[in-house]
Amino acid sequence: MIKVENLSKSFAQKRAVDDISFEVAKGEVLGFLGPNGAGKSTTMRMITGFIPPSAGRVSVCGLDVQENPIEVKRRIGYLPEAAPLYTDMSVLAFLKFSAEMRGLHGEDRRNAMRRVVELCHLESVLGQTIDTLSKGFRHRTCLAQALIHDPEVLILDEPTDGLDPNQKHEVRTLIREMGESKAIIFSTHILEEVEAVCTRAIIIDRGRIVANGTPQELKARSGSGTLEDFFRSITRSDTVREAA
Amino acid sequence: MSGGMKASWPPIKTIAKRELSAYFESPVAYVFLVIFLLLSGFFTFTLGGFFERGEASLAAFFNWLPWLFLFLVPAAGMRLWSEERRLGTIELLFTMPVAPWQAIVGKFLASWLFLVIALALSFPIVITANWLGDPDNGVIASGYVGAALLAGAYLAIACMTSAFTRNQVVAFILAVVLCLLLILVGFSPLTDLLARWASPWLVEAVAKFSVLTHYDGFQKGVLDSRDLLYFISVIAFALFATGVVIRNQRAG
Repeated sequence: MIKVENLSKSFAQKRAVDDISFEVAKGEVLGFLGPNGAGKSTTMRMITGFIPPSAGRVSVCGLDVQENPIEVKRRIGYLPEAAPLYTDMSVLAFLKFSAEMRGLHGEDRRNAMRRVVELCHLESVLGQTIDTLSKGFRHRTCLAQALIHDPEVLILDEPTDGLDPNQKHEVRTLIREMGESKAIIFSTHILEEVEAVCTRAIIIDRGRIVANGTPQELKARSGSGTLEDFFRSITRSDTVREAA
Repeated sequence: MSGGMKASWPPIKTIAKRELSAYFESPVAYVFLVIFLLLSGFFTFTLGGFFERGEASLAAFFNWLPWLFLFLVPAAGMRLWSEERRLGTIELLFTMPVAPWQAIVGKFLASWLFLVIALALSFPIVITANWLGDPDNGVIASGYVGAALLAGAYLAIACMTSAFTRNQVVAFILAVVLCLLLILVGFSPLTDLLARWASPWLVEAVAKFSVLTHYDGFQKGVLDSRDLLYFISVIAFALFATGVVIRNQRAG
């Protein structure tokens, strides 16, 4: 459902994403791993059509992102990094806005809102201004926005960032359940999350894919049999890179 | 700009609705309206000499508007895009199924409507003029049309400068400077000065680019299609430039 071919992105001096190709099928949950600044967010932004690629192409549900941006965006639910929100709005007003932007009106809109409010446990804060919410609630409000139109494809940039252990567990369960009927890409720093949720993982370092396989395959490739050792053996941390 | 008008309108409306309620959900709208009404009243009745003029007209009110709007309209428009960039919500907005031009038009229309509401709230001045004398209400109506167009032109410029930066203060200052330039090229104390050493033909040609030149027509009660075209061109150009700025930023 998601097909990325030879995708590259260069900013002024830096090559952020360098000739990346991969595919995600329906029913797959793809984990995106990599050190900070490896190009995970940039890749996700190109898939969602927020920024155009320097080279290569992305198609979602058979539609080219550059040629059919609006049609592609209809099919994607996206949780950006840091979960940006209109902080002056109430949760209810924000979800209503998101639903209407997705073309949901009347009874459809109310049903969609009820569904995501329940999924993301927002009942207790509906009337509250987003400004006054805790980080966990903000994150889930932004997640609710990504799910409101029940999209075929979900792109989640660090969906468990800033959540407490219980909330992390809930979001993971949610992703795993939704993964059965959707194509999902999510990025994370937490390696155990990959084992718990993903059907497949890609490790990116300095804009390139350095590993692609099931969590079991990746573990088998490290001598000690842990994902963390494998991750450390094929990526370099920021500090090491600075020194190099 | 693909898609029929029918398909384009819903996202524009949704964005405009959100933007308009953003004004009223924060104190911004009320502070703005109170300041606008106080200052316009002050200019009209003291500096404008509403009563001393000895005529039933709103000239005292409309004469000051280009200067009052010079500061108030950029203040109302400065947040339109800088705030989206500061909060990062621009990433949400442009990953929803909406074309950039629809978002630009939606935001502009919401702010413009807000400014028209502010203008409409000056109605007590119209009532006062009608109560005291017998003004030409046709001229007053055309004056209001001119004022709304003037606000639209300033606003479109503020929209453009707001897309340049995530800093609202910078957006505000840039907008004031650009709007001031649009005034000054036709401001008579300045053009008279220029006319001493430049050819009158040149001064007149430059003055054609001024908002004042085109605004004055409406205040005389003359609805000239060239004046209308001027304001529509300024708005269209500034909104188009906003689109270019936004596109270039996303391209990185």
